Amino acid sequence: MKKTGSQILLECLRLEGVDTVFGYPGGTVINIYDDLMDSPIHHILNRHEQAAVHAADAYARVTGKVGVAIATSGPGATNTVTGIATAYMDSIPMVIISGQVPTPLIGNDAFQEADMIGITRPITKHNYLVRDVKDLARIMKQAFYIARTGRPGPVLVDLPKDVQVDTALFEYPETVELRGYKPTISANPRQLDKAVKMILAARKPVIYVGGGATLSDVSEDLLAFVEVTQAPVTTTLMGMSSFPKTHPLSMGMLGMHGTFYANMAVTDSDLLIALGARFDDRVTGKIATFAPHAKIIHVDVDPTSIKKNVRVDLPVVGMLQDVLPRLIEKLTSETEALESSVEASQPWRDQVEAWKEQHPMSYKQTKSTIKPQYVIEKLCELTDDDAIIATEVGQHQMWTAQFYDFTQPRTFVTSGGLGTMGYGLPAAVGAQAAFPGRQVIDISGDGSFQMNSQELATLVQYRLPVKIVILNNNFLGMVRQWQQLFFDKRYSQTCMELPIDFIKLAEAYGATGLQATKVEDVEAVLKKGLETPGPVIMEFKVSREENVLPMVPAGAGLNEMVLAS
Amino acid sequence: MKHTHTISVLVENEFGVLPRVAGLFSGRGFNIDSLSVAPTLDPSISRMTIVTRGDDKILEQISKQLNKLIDVIKVIDFTDQDYVEREMLLVKVTAEAETRAEILRVADIFRAKVVDVSPRSYSLELTGAPEKLNAFIELLRPLGLKELVRSGPVVVGRGAKVWKNID
Repeated sequence: MKKTGSQILLECLRLEGVDTVFGYPGGTVINIYDDLMDSPIHHILNRHEQAAVHAADAYARVTGKVGVAIATSGPGATNTVTGIATAYMDSIPMVIISGQVPTPLIGNDAFQEADMIGITRPITKHNYLVRDVKDLARIMKQAFYIARTGRPGPVLVDLPKDVQVDTALFEYPETVELRGYKPTISANPRQLDKAVKMILAARKPVIYVGGGATLSDVSEDLLAFVEVTQAPVTTTLMGMSSFPKTHPLSMGMLGMHGTFYANMAVTDSDLLIALGARFDDRVTGKIATFAPHAKIIHVDVDPTSIKKNVRVDLPVVGMLQDVLPRLIEKLTSETEALESSVEASQPWRDQVEAWKEQHPMSYKQTKSTIKPQYVIEKLCELTDDDAIIATEVGQHQMWTAQFYDFTQPRTFVTSGGLGTMGYGLPAAVGAQAAFPGRQVIDISGDGSFQMNSQELATLVQYRLPVKIVILNNNFLGMVRQWQQLFFDKRYSQTCMELPIDFIKLAEAYGATGLQATKVEDVEAVLKKGLETPGPVIMEFKVSREENVLPMVPAGAGLNEMVLAS
Repeated sequence: MKHTHTISVLVENEFGVLPRVAGLFSGRGFNIDSLSVAPTLDPSISRMTIVTRGDDKILEQISKQLNKLIDVIKVIDFTDQDYVEREMLLVKVTAEAETRAEILRVADIFRAKVVDVSPRSYSLELTGAPEKLNAFIELLRPLGLKELVRSGPVVVGRGAKVWKNID
């Protein structure tokens, strides 16, 4: 029996195991929305297409599945651009369906027409314009395959309205034929042998874990690898939840706002084992002084990440779920060499401990004003181990990375590469939709929150009990911090002069609003907020000019940290 | 060390592949000195010849980034290989009474063909390595060179080895 394009699309989604999609209807996707009424797929109506893409992105981050978002042509589709770029920079598997004007009108400047293939080419892993309904099933199969394999990423499928109406016999292909796309899954054994030799010879090893570890679900293998090598571990923002911060060998995050001890250890190390990381400029600081004494082993599934920013002594192209177990097996088979190597690196672990004692992560809590770090520490104490934390972008995001002890994989949902303000609230929508029974918290600043605050409506409509922590300093804090440190305190356009009544805002949407202005109220407000059913905003009036420290100034080396204001 | 490199890229002969490749170069700040593209013996595949510049690190990135594109089937860097390189040039030269003979003499030396003649101009065609074309242009310049079109080079490896598909 023949099906219409929109029916075929939904059938493909169902066969790919998609249970929830996020989107916003419009003229060129009206057929899809009509057929959606007869489909078992659950649709969440966000209040902005950007938010729909962020929600689908977070859905992918917490579940490991491919997230799906739908938007109409023209402005609907262009609104998805920030969301797609966010997902692309963090390698999140997604399929975005955009409506397009009917094929005969393409190129005619038709109503609500935008060249989405052209616009999204540099921010997608791949994109497709479907010009014949007979190609649709094959394209959907390829889109999902490309999105989730190799280094994952977003794939956009642009679907003209007439193709949604046209009919074809539906047959979903079982296999994918792409002669230009063969991601390397299994690493070269000779490279692994060399890695083992380098690890056994190292006296000051550091394991540097990136988002690839999160994406490939290797937490258990990673823990085993760390236990075997006894090498101290530092993670990037994206790799953070893949290794428990409470582990004795954890050094927390490295880079611009990394811990003193992680940055010192990387600078002094003689072997850096990079696992699914990409040596981003926020991680390396000044390249010339980055890990100057270290040999670098770089394991990544994407060859373009290797040697892009830093010199690499041993490239290993492969999936971490393949590489780590094989490395562990090879290392443990060399029992004596491993034992003596671990013993020989004991002074190194002692040195790392000494650095931890010298400059632990700290802040000064005063009696008069609430310190934002204190709110995050308290929140961490009060939440479940499997609570999912989403953030926006800015100071609150860095404090979360510094002071929240993530212990379980896929519990930290944040925009790392693109640094998208307004990401957190819609991301919390997606995370809570994926796991209705878990605690989902959006940690936010007053600036970022207002970039997608319309999603309060989505939370209330779908009874998604997300708890929102707003660290309100009435500033765009991170930019203000830079202005303070590098622009002589000239606070150009960073003071949010209009105070928002967040309690009334919450109530206007039918959510609950709470506020703490005093230090002694913090714990009570957090407890009450977490216990209150439904979505809750908890606003904390925090110390206005608190800085995120340590800080490696832009262009400086990792060991040139500013430790105190 | 900056070098000029000639890369052949086998791509899917499909709508929208050229902007993917061109966009990759512009988006990542890589140079394109020339680019030519046409279908191969297998009509489902097109072959691009790209002349680019950069040090070894940049060249490695260009090659890896091209390979990462889904529509790219094979990237061949001819830098360390023996290959034949040819480019076509079409020029229009003003042909005054006093220069007509000299233009034809230069054309003859380079084995260029006269492809169009008018009372006041010659159009000439020359195929060869880019350096030969450069030399020809320099000799024609003082004789009244008015218009110049170059195809950008295409290359083929020497010997029996054939680049067709993924193998």
